[in-house]
Amino acid sequence: MPPSLNPYQKAKIRVTEKRSELQKFFYAAGDLVAFAGRFFRDVLKPPYEWREILYQCFLVGYKSTFLIGLTGFIMGAVLTIQTRPSMAQFGAISMIPGMISVSVVREIGPVITALICCGKIGSRMGAELGSMKVTEQIDAMEVSAINPFRYLVVTRTLATILMVPLLTIYSDLIALFGGYLAMNIHDTSTLRHFFVAAMSHLEFIDVFPAIIKTFFFGFVVGLIGCYKGWNARRGTESVGMAANSAVVASSLAVFVIDMLAAQITDLLV
Amino acid sequence: MTEKVNDTIENEAGAEEPQEPTVASEEKRAAGNETQEPVITIHGLKKAFKDHEVLKGVDLDVRKGENLVVLGKSGSGKSVLIKCMVGLEYPDEGAISVLGQDISTLKYDELNVLRVRVGFLFQNSALYDSMTVRENLAFPLRKHKKTMTREKKEAVIMEMLENVGLEDSIDQLPSKLSGGQSKRIGLARTLILRPEIMLYDEPTTGLDTGTAHEISELMIKMKQKYNISSITITHDMACAKLTADRIIMLKEGVVVAEGTYEELEKSKDEWIRSFFH
Repeated sequence: MPPSLNPYQKAKIRVTEKRSELQKFFYAAGDLVAFAGRFFRDVLKPPYEWREILYQCFLVGYKSTFLIGLTGFIMGAVLTIQTRPSMAQFGAISMIPGMISVSVVREIGPVITALICCGKIGSRMGAELGSMKVTEQIDAMEVSAINPFRYLVVTRTLATILMVPLLTIYSDLIALFGGYLAMNIHDTSTLRHFFVAAMSHLEFIDVFPAIIKTFFFGFVVGLIGCYKGWNARRGTESVGMAANSAVVASSLAVFVIDMLAAQITDLLV
Repeated sequence: MTEKVNDTIENEAGAEEPQEPTVASEEKRAAGNETQEPVITIHGLKKAFKDHEVLKGVDLDVRKGENLVVLGKSGSGKSVLIKCMVGLEYPDEGAISVLGQDISTLKYDELNVLRVRVGFLFQNSALYDSMTVRENLAFPLRKHKKTMTREKKEAVIMEMLENVGLEDSIDQLPSKLSGGQSKRIGLARTLILRPEIMLYDEPTTGLDTGTAHEISELMIKMKQKYNISSITITHDMACAKLTADRIIMLKEGVVVAEGTYEELEKSKDEWIRSFFH
């Protein structure tokens, strides 16, 4: 900023810059909403790309099982190890399975799984579609009279909508198992006893909203990943940027949805 | 304003014969005389990106069985021109008629019906890199020839690969192919739906001279075999010489010259001559 400007002029420039950034943000948000609108319009129209949907489910679901499982295991084990001393002080060791199950099922499991999906799946989709855009593969599909949005975006987003809830359930179960093993470092408990104790603390209001929100997590992971790739500019640098911004934006969206879900659940209880 | 080179160049009596009357150039002349029915007509096409006006009122037509080469320097709007013809870009003004249909009035599904009849070979071939060569060729068939049996599809794929001389590459991924091979596979994939019109976006760019010549020859061969009309965007003069029935020259978004290769070569306009020498 030139030093000759008076404070009013400097402030005016700053406001203009901020307004410009704000405008860009709202333009991008509006564009994303339009992109989502196109998804809902195309998802209902036949022909359905079953083969591609199944393939994407395989990539999103099966190919993520190890990472999600490992993370879930560590999550459950660490949670147990770190809460045990506090619980022991109150003589509430027997409450650990219930506490683990409620915190994992209600909050930690869905959010951590969604964040891992943002990193693993959202970035892959951003980079894949970005690369396809840069190398004109999307245009090639378009001129071959194949609807690339339906083939690429709808299938991938549907796959994440379907797979993220399943991965979350899988992650929750592994986390409970991790908690069970961690508990057995100091105490002795059978697997059956641990799971019965864990499940007895879970209520419908713990499980149902948690599962419902994972569909929304899956939706934003797939949609934002595809959106960022779809809108990549012509250049290899933009592929990296698409992958990166897909992770950032979808992670942020996961937290926003989680906060809204918590508020809505709170109102319903 | 189009300069009709036929009118402007001095065509003195006893002017030199066209250079190197190759088999290809004889054939292309014959093809040019086949019929005069236009398959593509563009009138007053204008296109701007923000403040930058790329096309400033382009008029052209392509006759059936003809290969029209569009010459111009980088940034002259050549690629935008052919992208407008298949709905990848939307013109700001003007009319584009492809195979008798005004594309600005077509709905998405109607445009897709037309797109099946128009092939587009991209500069970098744009092969789907997650699919093998077989899958790349099978993909358009799977989408548009749903009633075709698996055996028939396989036969069509093999025929196309034989056309481009790459039967052995059927199970390879695009990343394993050379630039020339990618172009050939791209051509095979585009031709597999038997388009009536082909649009070539710089088909020989990035290839060595020998491979570029092979691709040009292949374009002529395919044109003759399937009776395809085409537009070729290029600044490769060897390709233009070999394949063009007619050439238009685009300068800053305007068609400035039109004629055969031989006619344009004799032009006295400095800018036009810069392409030929």
